[in-house]
Amino acid sequence: MSTLVATRDLALAAEFIALEADLLDNRDYAAWLALWVPVGKYVVPVNPDETNFEDTLNYAYDDAAMRSMRVRRLTSGESMSAAHAARTLRSVSRFRLLGHTEQGELQVRSAQQLIEYKFDRHRTYVANVEWVLRREGESFRIVRKVVRLLNGGDALAGITFLP
Amino acid sequence: MTRDYSALVQDDRVHTALYTDPAIFEDEIDRIFNTTWVWVAHDSELPNKNDWITTHVGRQPVIVNRDKAGTVRVMLNRCRHRGATICEAKKGNAPGFVCPYHAWTYGTDGTLKGLPMPKGYKDFDKGDYTLVNLRVESYRGLIFATFNQDAPPLEEFLGRARPWIDLFLKQGGGYPVKVLGEHKFTFPGNWKIQLENTTDAYHFPIVHKSFLSSLDGDTGELFSFMDAGGYVEDLGNGHSVMVMIPELVDLEENLDEPIPERFAELADELRAEHSEDEVRRIVRAVTGSGFNVNLFPNLACSMAFFRVLRPLSVEETEVRHIAIGMDGGPAAANRARLRLHEHFQGPMGFGTPDDAEAWERVQRGSQAGEDSVWIMLNRGEDKTESNAGDVTAETGMRAAYQMWKRMMTA
Repeated sequence: MSTLVATRDLALAAEFIALEADLLDNRDYAAWLALWVPVGKYVVPVNPDETNFEDTLNYAYDDAAMRSMRVRRLTSGESMSAAHAARTLRSVSRFRLLGHTEQGELQVRSAQQLIEYKFDRHRTYVANVEWVLRREGESFRIVRKVVRLLNGGDALAGITFLP
Repeated sequence: MTRDYSALVQDDRVHTALYTDPAIFEDEIDRIFNTTWVWVAHDSELPNKNDWITTHVGRQPVIVNRDKAGTVRVMLNRCRHRGATICEAKKGNAPGFVCPYHAWTYGTDGTLKGLPMPKGYKDFDKGDYTLVNLRVESYRGLIFATFNQDAPPLEEFLGRARPWIDLFLKQGGGYPVKVLGEHKFTFPGNWKIQLENTTDAYHFPIVHKSFLSSLDGDTGELFSFMDAGGYVEDLGNGHSVMVMIPELVDLEENLDEPIPERFAELADELRAEHSEDEVRRIVRAVTGSGFNVNLFPNLACSMAFFRVLRPLSVEETEVRHIAIGMDGGPAAANRARLRLHEHFQGPMGFGTPDDAEAWERVQRGSQAGEDSVWIMLNRGEDKTESNAGDVTAETGMRAAYQMWKRMMTA
């Protein structure tokens, strides 16, 4: 692939990842769900170096059904923690094109610094995020998003948002 | 000022200071966590000789290991020289321990084997510098440790909780139970708020409504246990059992029942390599047990996982939800167990964040009216030979606080 094409791919992917971050910070979960291909997997592993998510414990290992249920939980008003959900602000940066899948999907890695605010306190969640993005017109759909929290193996606190 | 602890715990209520007073917390560390049996690990975390993990007994960091002779040991994670931790990783396997500060070297049983430039010491006897070993006993793979040489034997301490632990371990489905991983989180609240919660069925349909809404019809039915014949029973020594789903008390009974629809796909997958009897036993085990055994002070065998708590300060507690599965069992069954665990447990589960929020709210609210308003534990009648009991009875909390009183006034 030419450098020019790769640069353009990465710029488009960065724009898409920023859009996803904005949707989540602004809790537009319906729009967020629409970003996914139906077989897409949203993964937050416990061990930040994990490669076999299926056979190990994750914080989230979501197919389409689990994503929908998770969004429903966050928005239904039935969950006391989600009814007073933390506000979040995330910065995404350090985008790197790692390569392409056999289907031509983009493999991208980015940095995410997320700050949540709730009950008079801020908490920080820092992660490497790995993406598999399928091109759709001038934009993308998410095939896989893996959020590798730096402190995933340590004690966290109740998370009332989507990292 | 020393508090009169017997006055702070009444039969049906406890004083709010039990959640908020740092001096009481210090006494709890001393008289409970440094005095009684504290759960430290499950056998499956140390499958091989020389395996070790790091954890805590109360506030004290410890190494739990299987030494080169195969004996499980619990030793203070503290070099006898200047106090540095010997191990900082979560787990490992090593034929000995070397302190990274001055390279004092210990055997897997904690004996000091060597140190650099020993001639710098006069009259030095290595035998005086063995890593501090705690007393260790285990029951059915559950490893406990205590600083107290005079504590009763572990089996006596567990007492009437033992048959419930035996029942709980049937979720190995014919295989030994194995730790599959863990979720760990902290909440800004006192450790006893979590201790209470494991025997609190009353909160379930309220706090966990969003979890219940996410279940299919049959599973939702299973978790609607408010009026399903459950009960709470005081098992002595602060331990209790809360039976929520009576038909899931003994996972080796009722194996002829039809396999629930949600496990049909799993059952089909298992049939490729297992007999129909094995499939039924494994599928039933995947469901988990229909009860919580609360073991004072820090472990619960809770439906399908181990809940372990660690007091960090009077208003900070660490909780671990340890996923368990079948050691050597079918991968598909263990995957199903992992997915069920992820669904409810952990910082992103459909249950835990709501529990954590409720516990934090208890801690925040109990800053109000400390001397005049008490924490109430007066709900429901205890199960006795003549009384069927009530799943929402606060019997387990009353049992735990009576043990608390016994230990704090000893």
